[in-house]
Amino acid sequence: MDINDLIIDDRQRGIFRVHRSSMTSMDLFRRERELIFEKCWIYVGHESEVENPGDYRRRTLAGRPLFLARGEDGKVRVFLNSCPHRGALVCRRAAGNASILRCFYHGWSFNTKGDLIAVPGEDAYGPGFDRGELGLKEPARVDSYRGFYFVSFNPLVEDLVTYLAGARDYLDLVVDQAESGMRVVSGSNRYTIKANWKLLVENSLDSYHLLTTHRTYVDYITGLGTDDSRATMAARPPGLARALGNGHCVGENIARHGRPIAHWHPLFGEETREPIERARVRLVKKYGEERARRMADTSRNLLVYPNLLVLDFVAITIRYIEPLAPGAMDVTAWHLVPREESGALLATRLDSYLTFFGPGGFATPDDVEALESCQEGFRASGNEWSDLSRGMLNPAPGTSDELQMRGFWRQWHANMQGRGRTNVQDGEPEERKTAAVSVSDIQGNAPAGER
Amino acid sequence: MTADGGPALRESVEEFLYREAALLDDWSLDAWVDLFTEDARYVVPTTDLPEGDPSRDLVFIDDDITRLRARALRLTGGNAHREHPRSRTRRFVSNVRIAETGDGELSVSANVLVFRFRSGEAAPYVGVVDYILRRERDDFKIAYRRAVLDLESLAWHGAVSIIF
Repeated sequence: MDINDLIIDDRQRGIFRVHRSSMTSMDLFRRERELIFEKCWIYVGHESEVENPGDYRRRTLAGRPLFLARGEDGKVRVFLNSCPHRGALVCRRAAGNASILRCFYHGWSFNTKGDLIAVPGEDAYGPGFDRGELGLKEPARVDSYRGFYFVSFNPLVEDLVTYLAGARDYLDLVVDQAESGMRVVSGSNRYTIKANWKLLVENSLDSYHLLTTHRTYVDYITGLGTDDSRATMAARPPGLARALGNGHCVGENIARHGRPIAHWHPLFGEETREPIERARVRLVKKYGEERARRMADTSRNLLVYPNLLVLDFVAITIRYIEPLAPGAMDVTAWHLVPREESGALLATRLDSYLTFFGPGGFATPDDVEALESCQEGFRASGNEWSDLSRGMLNPAPGTSDELQMRGFWRQWHANMQGRGRTNVQDGEPEERKTAAVSVSDIQGNAPAGER
Repeated sequence: MTADGGPALRESVEEFLYREAALLDDWSLDAWVDLFTEDARYVVPTTDLPEGDPSRDLVFIDDDITRLRARALRLTGGNAHREHPRSRTRRFVSNVRIAETGDGELSVSANVLVFRFRSGEAAPYVGVVDYILRRERDDFKIAYRRAVLDLESLAWHGAVSIIF
């Protein structure tokens, strides 16, 4: 199949289809590695995961073993986890703290800045042996935005802020909720899904499946006395879907039963009422009524292209997708919380996370099943196209309208055709990517369309 | 470590754990929830933080009795898609250690191996389950159940979709 034909994008008839070989072909998987994962900025970790000098933490990014380390100088660095000597993993524990990292194979030692500082029997090497050339290697580029660290293996990649395009404002909307910054709590969710990674990107942005796939979650939350009696497609506020440029996309919804930040709900218990209401006053004072309402009263599912999701609804989860093969991915998810929260407030937030998210939650396992079911269904063949046309002609696309997924796929297609991140017709007029969004837009009066 | 009560106590605790395992393998989750006290807690820490504390850390599961009942209802209602159709499981409970806590409760630990079979996948959940058992009439009730997985990641399980 010609790469140019993998997507049908007919804006006249409102038809958008993706050829399923994009999720099953080994050739295309290798091409993705080369043209997307080796070219874009890829999320590597949050600053709070290496809080103190000497802290380190391992990661695997697009198949590459790396680790984050905070130097004695306070700077966060990312290293390729391979000894410059013979290749062994230098960092072998998942996380820890050390002032010197010593490769266990021949004992070469590195400081927290990656410099090679000791070589056993160094006198046996000739004059051409230069320790200065043999420090730990870093990816071509490392940068951070509001505590989120990214790397790129592409030395020519645009700077991170430019790359993030309209996604920046949404990261701000998350980080600004905290009074003293955000941190990742200890413990992470790690699981494997036997499905193509792009299915989880779609699923993470998809509001259309909520009432079908997650019926048990909706029933549970209704059973606790929340007013979800209007839990029908037609009765819900449509929300707002946007493509943010460079493949980044978002869906924003009106929060229906409180948010741990500044939107109290009886579900959270009386104990937390006062501090949550106080947080609201603080946000209004600092950011004004409209932006405070945006943080507190609306939720967002944000994709930072290609494989990072920041899901900010019942709690904030950072979800990283690591493609393993055309039909397999590893998922890691962390819980991001405001640093100032503790006690009952933190407990409420931790509890809120567990109801929906995570492999033991009331929703995530059903998503895992749905994705694996799709991947298995692809083998039936004879039905080669997946449809993402929903709401394509809707002048005010809501979160069930799949614009977010189309924005992602259009960028993916451009990259796979060897095109860069500019001039991708992702369906949104340029001015809308930077336009101020108001809560009433999310409520259901969205402007513009996809033409 | 076996507390006063000797073989008879051990026998009754082991019999209780076997009964629990049988209820779970039979998917008799309503009856299983009835084994818990009203103030019970069921905790499953994440695979990377076995010492995880739900009041501070991210865990997989931290259920009070209300959510435990909801979990049982969800898993048996036909809409928990990861377990519909249901997986087949078989539990092996061994290495039972028993200690009196002093206030009439027992602190019990057991090694647990659960084989789960579904959709061509055959994989074990392996770990230790720590209990606080409260004596009630001639039987026990579970006041606390903390199931700690030895797995490094949930890997191909994709979820904790059964009760571990």
